[in-house]
Amino acid sequence: MSGPAAPPSVAPVPAVPTNALVEYLLRLGDDRLVLGHRVSEWCGHGPILEEDIALSNVSLDLLGQATMLLRLAGDAEGRGRNEDALAYFREVVEFRNCQLVELPKGDFAFTIARQFLFDVYAVVMLDALTGSIHGELAAIAAKSLKEAKYHVRHSGEWMLRLGDGTDESHRRVQKAIDDLWRFTGELFAPDDVDRAMQAAGIGPDLAALRPTWESLVRDVVSRATLTIPNDLPRVASTRGGRTGSHTEYLGHMLAEMQIIARSHPGATW
Amino acid sequence: MTQTRTVPADDPTKSAAFEARIAAGESIEPKDWMPEKYRRQLVRMMSQHAHSEIVGMLPEANWITRAPSLRRKISLIAKVQDEAGHGLYIYCGTETLGVDRSELIQQLLDGTAKYSSIFNYPTLSWADMGVIGWFVDGAAIVNQTVLAKASYGPYARAMIRVCKEENFHKRQGYEIVATLANGTPAQRAMVQDAVNRWWWPSLMMFGPSDTDSPNTAELIRWKVKRKTNDELRQRFVNLTVPQATAVNLTLPDPDMTYNAESENWEFGAIDWEEFHQVIRGNGPCNRERLDARRLAHDEGAWVRAAAAAYAARQRTASEAA
Amino acid sequence: MASSVDGRQFVGDQAATIPGDAQWPVWEVFTQGAQGAPHEHAGSLHAVNAEQALQNARDVYARRGGVVSLWVIPTGAITASSPSDSGPLFDPGSDKPYRHPQFYNVPRGVRGV
Repeated sequence: MSGPAAPPSVAPVPAVPTNALVEYLLRLGDDRLVLGHRVSEWCGHGPILEEDIALSNVSLDLLGQATMLLRLAGDAEGRGRNEDALAYFREVVEFRNCQLVELPKGDFAFTIARQFLFDVYAVVMLDALTGSIHGELAAIAAKSLKEAKYHVRHSGEWMLRLGDGTDESHRRVQKAIDDLWRFTGELFAPDDVDRAMQAAGIGPDLAALRPTWESLVRDVVSRATLTIPNDLPRVASTRGGRTGSHTEYLGHMLAEMQIIARSHPGATW
Repeated sequence: MTQTRTVPADDPTKSAAFEARIAAGESIEPKDWMPEKYRRQLVRMMSQHAHSEIVGMLPEANWITRAPSLRRKISLIAKVQDEAGHGLYIYCGTETLGVDRSELIQQLLDGTAKYSSIFNYPTLSWADMGVIGWFVDGAAIVNQTVLAKASYGPYARAMIRVCKEENFHKRQGYEIVATLANGTPAQRAMVQDAVNRWWWPSLMMFGPSDTDSPNTAELIRWKVKRKTNDELRQRFVNLTVPQATAVNLTLPDPDMTYNAESENWEFGAIDWEEFHQVIRGNGPCNRERLDARRLAHDEGAWVRAAAAAYAARQRTASEAA
Repeated sequence: MASSVDGRQFVGDQAATIPGDAQWPVWEVFTQGAQGAPHEHAGSLHAVNAEQALQNARDVYARRGGVVSLWVIPTGAITASSPSDSGPLFDPGSDKPYRHPQFYNVPRGVRGV
């Protein structure tokens, strides 16, 4: 996608290594690329027409955000890679999304529960990023925050409908929460990249966002008559997607996503 | 679910008044008196149209996860999403005639309702996304521009919205085609192959020839249709030939010749046997398309039931409060 | 006889009678294109309650922008005039020229009246 070429975004504080900024932007962009792709798998297969259209809107918002963030990452990297080069020509281990977003779409309950957990995360994260001293990132966050606020309204209402709907919907969405909860630890586990971004005023104190996220999540989950499992966060024992350690699912997703672009190197589309 | 409807015997005075309104170019609205046959023809035509939009999502959705750039991926999702929207608008228009969407969808899933035969062909390469936008949406626009003047108000209004939104569909398709046609040798071959596969099925989209179209005369008289199948098909061919030339692609019709007198591009014989076979369910993807719709419908049943149960509980709670 | 807007008035009742796969009720959607402009009928959709109707209206009828406000109304809640009433209801309004400014004469040269 060729918009006006943004000037290379140099990290505004010299102490921040460029690669930490690139890593950080890739994390934000890859989350949205991978989840946007997963949600797009519903297109044409939704439970009712209105919802098919709603899910496509969520997917389009996420892919639009991913495009902006990956473009910014490519600019920050300064090696001439644009958003498509980053999306289509990286290997699994080079992706920086959290594992939560790469899991297969599952049934509608799984899709909604995952979306809800991510949407609340996106809202608290983007809200914090609107205060970033990195002007372009703050602008993307402000635009994306409006979309994320709608997403959480959409997925939150569905959490209530499914949790407090029929026995079957309750059972399905409870299972989804049970299966997904262990993937949420990774969202708020800061590492050197996060700390460098925080120190530079680019990103927030990640760990400090968790209580807000958790109270918002717990409020809806309990109103939906659901419970949160007592799992230990999965990230405690493994490295996570943020450093390229993914589930096996991502490779299959990328194989499909990248097949045409990689079959015709150098071609334009 | 079946519902017995009393079929009003068409009162001759009312019939005459109705015909006069149609002749005067008036628009018919849901509560207006209309001949039962007019109502039935509309339900048939509008529901087929809506089904076509919904089934038509499938061949293109097939490539969303493989679109070769983010821009293409986003455009394709937006386009397929629009098709869901268009199906929705037209179903809602049909519901004003007193038939439920769930009933219409059941007819589609039962295999008793028809939809456009074009969507029973497989999408085999990325170039199909371009050629479908160019041919299939191009053909649909030719059809729908005329339907936007249909005598039934809700149908015409849905079509006006659809036409407005579909403007980008054909352009995004043609942009893909032009990009591939000017691309690598492999891309060029890919797009020529797609043109070869989609051309004849696209011509069949306009339906049987006028000599073989049982409903046309009545639909034209009632101004539900404003042009015959053959007239629309010819208009589409005339529009498309120069567009193919502009990007150096060949339409797979050795008989295509320009008639300077009629100013028409005259095309070769359509294989109507293939058309009828596909309509009868023997096309390459008929089963796959219906199976995909049934699967989505069946897997969505618990979701629809959950939302309805939740809302019912909410209502009870607010009434008790 | 006053009745709903068209043939869909029974949709809500049927929801209760179709076991396992209830058809969601129909809503009419009105969109406002700009601040100060009237809300205009855009189309209809299915939803289980007002919140969902609003969300669906946003996704179905406002996804291209150009909308600043939405109304959603259960179709069954609309009372529509009947075509057979159109004579008594509307014809009398069209021959009352004294409701229009052109009916009145103002002396030449007078402004602002």
